[in-house]
Amino acid sequence: MATATATGQTGRTPSAGLPRTPEYRSPASRRRRKTLVAWMFALPFVLIFGLFMLMPLLSSFVMSFTDFTSKDVRNPFAVGFVGLDQFVELFGNEQFLHSMANTGYFVIAGIPLTMAAGLALAVALNNGITRFRSAFRVGFYTPVVTSIVAIAVVWRFILQPDGLLNLVLGWVGIAGPDWLNSTEWSMPAMILMAVWRNMGTLMIIFLAGLQNVPTEVLEAAEVDGANAWQRFFTVTLPILRPTLLLGAVLLSVGFLQFFEEPFVMTRGGPLDSTLSVSYFTFNQFGFGKYGLASAASYVLFIAIALLSLFQFRTLRSKD
Amino acid sequence: MTDTKTAPASPARPAARRAVTVRKQRSAVGKQAWVYGGLILAGAATILPFVWMLLGSFKTQGELLRRPVTWWPQDPTLDNYVRWFSDLHIDLFFMNSLIVAVVTVLGNLLFCSMVGYALAKMDFAGKKVLFLLVMVTLMVPGVVTFVPLFVMVSKLGLVNTYPALILPFLVSPLGVFLMRQFMMGIPDSLIEAARIDGAGELRTFTGIVMPLCGPPLATLGILTFLGSWNNFLWPLVAAQSEDKYTLPVALSLFSTGQSATDYGLLLAGSVLVIAPIVALFICLQRFFIQGVASTGIK
Repeated sequence: MATATATGQTGRTPSAGLPRTPEYRSPASRRRRKTLVAWMFALPFVLIFGLFMLMPLLSSFVMSFTDFTSKDVRNPFAVGFVGLDQFVELFGNEQFLHSMANTGYFVIAGIPLTMAAGLALAVALNNGITRFRSAFRVGFYTPVVTSIVAIAVVWRFILQPDGLLNLVLGWVGIAGPDWLNSTEWSMPAMILMAVWRNMGTLMIIFLAGLQNVPTEVLEAAEVDGANAWQRFFTVTLPILRPTLLLGAVLLSVGFLQFFEEPFVMTRGGPLDSTLSVSYFTFNQFGFGKYGLASAASYVLFIAIALLSLFQFRTLRSKD
Repeated sequence: MTDTKTAPASPARPAARRAVTVRKQRSAVGKQAWVYGGLILAGAATILPFVWMLLGSFKTQGELLRRPVTWWPQDPTLDNYVRWFSDLHIDLFFMNSLIVAVVTVLGNLLFCSMVGYALAKMDFAGKKVLFLLVMVTLMVPGVVTFVPLFVMVSKLGLVNTYPALILPFLVSPLGVFLMRQFMMGIPDSLIEAARIDGAGELRTFTGIVMPLCGPPLATLGILTFLGSWNNFLWPLVAAQSEDKYTLPVALSLFSTGQSATDYGLLLAGSVLVIAPIVALFICLQRFFIQGVASTGIK
C-alpha cells in the first residue's frame, strides 16, 4: 500500500495524511542505505576493536615468525622473517618447557579442586540450608571481586613459614612447609590460593544450574528409595553436566593465563617452579625479544582457542 | 512423567511419601546443623585472610615481625595509611584507576550497545562476518596481544598516557555479545512501531531500545568496572612512570621492590585496593551475581 510519494531524504515527514510513509527507493538502494546506517552504529566498535584487538592479534601471529626485538620498534617493517625458528627455539628452551609444565600443573590440579569446592558450596546453599543463604553467597563470592595483586600480597605473608596458614595448620597438628621457598610446595600454595579465590564464581554458575534440576525427578527417586548420595550422583550430576563443563572451560581459560600470583609472590621462583607461560612471555618481552614472546603467547593462545572451540561446541549441543 | 510402567506401585506411593516426609523431618534438623557447621567453617576460611589483612594494616612493623602471630593489634596505628597518602601518592594511583575504569565503562556501555543493536535488530551486508568476529575473539587473552600493542602504542607516541591505558579496553566482544543477546529479546513489533511512527534508527535506539536495556547495561557496567579496576598486565606494560600507575601496578611494584618487607605498608595498600571494590560489591551484589550467572550460562 501507499507506494507513492515521498522524498528520498526524509522518510519521516508525515506527508499527505498517508497511514505510512515509506520511501520510494529501489530495493537495492534501500538495502544499501540500511547497510550504511548499520555500519554507522558499528563504526566506533569496529575502529577501536580493529585497531587495538584484531591488529595486535594478527601482528602477534606475524611477529612470531620474525626476529623482532625492541630495537626494531623504530622501523617495524624492516625485520627479518625467520620462519619457524622462534618456535624451534621455544621448544628447545628448557625454561619454556618448564613453564608449560607448571601451567599444566596449575590448570590440571586447580580446576578439579575449584570445581569440587564450588559444587559443594552450591549444593549446600541450594538444598542444605534454609536461612542465611544470601549472606553465605556474598561471603564466598567476595574473593572473586578482589584484585589478584592485592590478594597475592596478602597471601605472601599468610604463606610465610610462621604465618597464618601454618598457624592454623598447627592447630590440627600439621607442621606446614615454607610454602613459597620450596620448589615442591610453591605451586600447591598457588593452587590453594586459586581455589580460594575462584570457587565463588563456580558456586554462582552451579547454583544457577541447580535451578534446572526438576524437583519431581528428585522426589520420585527419593520415593523409590534412593538416598541423598545416590540421588546426587544419578540425578543431579547428570543433569548438571553441561553446566559443569561450562564452568570447567571458563575457569581453565582464566587459569591458563595465570601471571599475577607468581609475579607478586615468587617472581617465578624458586628455581622457576612457579614460572607460567604468561610470565615467561612477559620476561621475554622485558628482554626485548618480541618475536620469541609472540611465539610463546601464541602457543598459549592455541591452547585457549582449542578450549573455546570445545566450549562453543558443547554450548551449541545444549540447544 | 510419573508412572506409566509401574502402575501397581502407585497406590503405595502416598504411604511411602508420608514415611519419607516423617523421616525427612526427623533428620532434617540434624542434617542442617552439619551443613551450617561446614558452611560456617568454609566461610571463616574464606573471610579470614581479609580479616587478617585489615587487622594487620593497623599494626606496627615490630608487631608484624613478632612471633607468634598476633591477631588483634596490640598498639594500633594509622601510620601505614598515612604513609600511603603523604609519601606514596596513593590518591594519584586511585584517581588513575578511577579515570581509566570510568571511561572504559562508559565506552563499553555506549559502543557495545550500538553494535549490539545493529546485530540484533538490523539487517545489513557483512552482519554475519561481524558477529563471527565478535564470537571468535570472545576469549582472546591479553597476553597474546600486549607485545604488538606495545609496539603500536609506542609508534603512536602514546606510551605512558591515559589513552594507552584506556583504548585497548574501550570496547569488548563480550559486551557486544551480552547486549546483542538481550536486544534479540526485545519484540520486533515495538521497533517496527517506532519506525512506522517515523523515528529514525538513532531515535529508535535512544528512545525505545536503550531504556529497556537496564539489566544488561548494569551487568556489563559492573563486569567492565571490575575488569578494569583489577586489570594488571597491560597497565604494568603501558604505564611507565609513577604518575600513570594504577593501583594494582603501584602495589605490585612497591611489593616487589623498595617496600618488599614493609609488611604494614603493603597490607594497608592491599586494603586500599580491595576496599572500594568490595564496598561496591556489597552494595550491588544482586547485579554482580546476576552478571556472572548470565555470562556463564548464556
